Amino acid sequence: MRIRCPFCGERGLEEFSPKGDAAPTRPALSNKDPEAWHSFVHLRENPKGQHREYFQHSGGCRAWLIVTRDTRTHNILDVTLARQEKR
Amino acid sequence: MSDLHKKWSATDVNNNYISVIVTLKESDSMRYSGLRVIKEALTGHKGWSPAWRDATPKPEYDIIVIGGGGHGLATAYYLAKIYGQRRVAVLEKGWIGGGNVGRNTTIIRSNYMLDGNEPFYEFSLKLWEGLEQDLNYNAMVSQRGILNLIHSDAQRDAFVRRGNAMMLNGADADLMTTQQIKKKYPFLNTTDARFPIKGGLAQHRGGTVRHDAVAWGYARAADQQGVDIIQNCEVTGFIMENGTCCGVETTRGTIRATKVASCVAGSSGRVMEMAGLRLPIESHVLQAFVSEGLKPLLPGVITFGAGHFYCSQSDKGGLVFGGDIDGYNSYAQRGNLPVVEDVCEGGMAIFPMLGRIRLLRMWGGIMDMSMDGSPIIDRTSIDGLYFNGGWCYGGFKATPASGYAYAHLLARDEPHPTATAYRFDRFNRGLMIDEKGMGNQPNLH
Repeated sequence: MRIRCPFCGERGLEEFSPKGDAAPTRPALSNKDPEAWHSFVHLRENPKGQHREYFQHSGGCRAWLIVTRDTRTHNILDVTLARQEKR
Repeated sequence: MSDLHKKWSATDVNNNYISVIVTLKESDSMRYSGLRVIKEALTGHKGWSPAWRDATPKPEYDIIVIGGGGHGLATAYYLAKIYGQRRVAVLEKGWIGGGNVGRNTTIIRSNYMLDGNEPFYEFSLKLWEGLEQDLNYNAMVSQRGILNLIHSDAQRDAFVRRGNAMMLNGADADLMTTQQIKKKYPFLNTTDARFPIKGGLAQHRGGTVRHDAVAWGYARAADQQGVDIIQNCEVTGFIMENGTCCGVETTRGTIRATKVASCVAGSSGRVMEMAGLRLPIESHVLQAFVSEGLKPLLPGVITFGAGHFYCSQSDKGGLVFGGDIDGYNSYAQRGNLPVVEDVCEGGMAIFPMLGRIRLLRMWGGIMDMSMDGSPIIDRTSIDGLYFNGGWCYGGFKATPASGYAYAHLLARDEPHPTATAYRFDRFNRGLMIDEKGMGNQPNLH
């Protein structure tokens, strides 16, 4: 698996740290429903197929990336900067 | 010597055996034994039959176990043997022994620390100790001992604490000095500049088991108890009536059941998705390795404490070893090279001779990585649907107890006393069983 970092170009997997599913979004801090927080913290779709996930280029520019990858084949379909999508 | 020879002349031996064979009862004909081997040897090996029937699905069962891996087969076996269930089927999408039960590194141990875990794993180790007699199958259970190496003072404190927790739960634990370790494993590099070996926590009752024989032994024993083992039968959906699960749709037709029990660690997310459930689980790939065959070299199981590396020697002579999971979600059953390098570096740090040994094979298996590193054996929110999964990469050692506890839950609708903590709602309630204190980050457990 090689990931194309938007800043550094294509690099080996050993330069990147996986952080997991990018789908869960944190509930508003005013949200007091424990189920919403449980769902955010613990529950995952865990898809067999396309999966959007965080990687940090920890052995390079340290940028946080969102990688779209097929979990059946490890083919990488897309890499974007996390900060362009989430804030 | 000559007297002995006269006493046990060949003719006498044959006559003795033949007279014993004649007295073998018909009911013994399914049992494996030394006498049976001799009888078959003398009669042309015509009496052997397949170890289990290739069953075809019936329209209805009391309990369906989805997944014919070690845990599923053990569940079916204990359901029939201990809990008296007579109408049980195991559905396997591939063939028996083709999944994770044949992909692991075969280690058994009960060196856990937390109260939710340790009694369960100690129960499992006790079941391993009597497994071969119980199943009448040679699973090559070998209690050669497991040794967790210590590399720092802080690690010694942590291992002393863990050893004490183990002993409080009736398990054995032994804090070994570097000198004691050197005696058993003279080749270990105890003076490595970066990770010197300062001692180790041993569990002498730990060891290895031939994993394929576990699957075959449970399959054969379950079959003899009347369980239908249905291979090449993939579940494609659940039958739901008024919010209750009443059976499954499969590639071999509809099968109804009073209770449906998912037992498909690695594919838990996929199967439970068909019931509309999300799980506190991610699927990850773990790689394992085996070297070329070597002469006896490594008498027990060794784990490296500064990185992640564990190694034993199989009875065929190959060094069987592994380390961390790759760390990203995967269903690919193969991993990537950075973890291969990391595992080999861990091995080289404790026994540099590993560098001279050629790697024969490496492979990957898919793990249910749960949010706290511990498994789940529980009812689901859907009546009639039960769940067993989230074994992370520690499922093999748990096989007997997992089957026993799951059978208990299925038969009595209450958790087995050793598995009361393995509930779904521990995540909502903040009662995580997190041995390593890593939090909700599955790839760190």
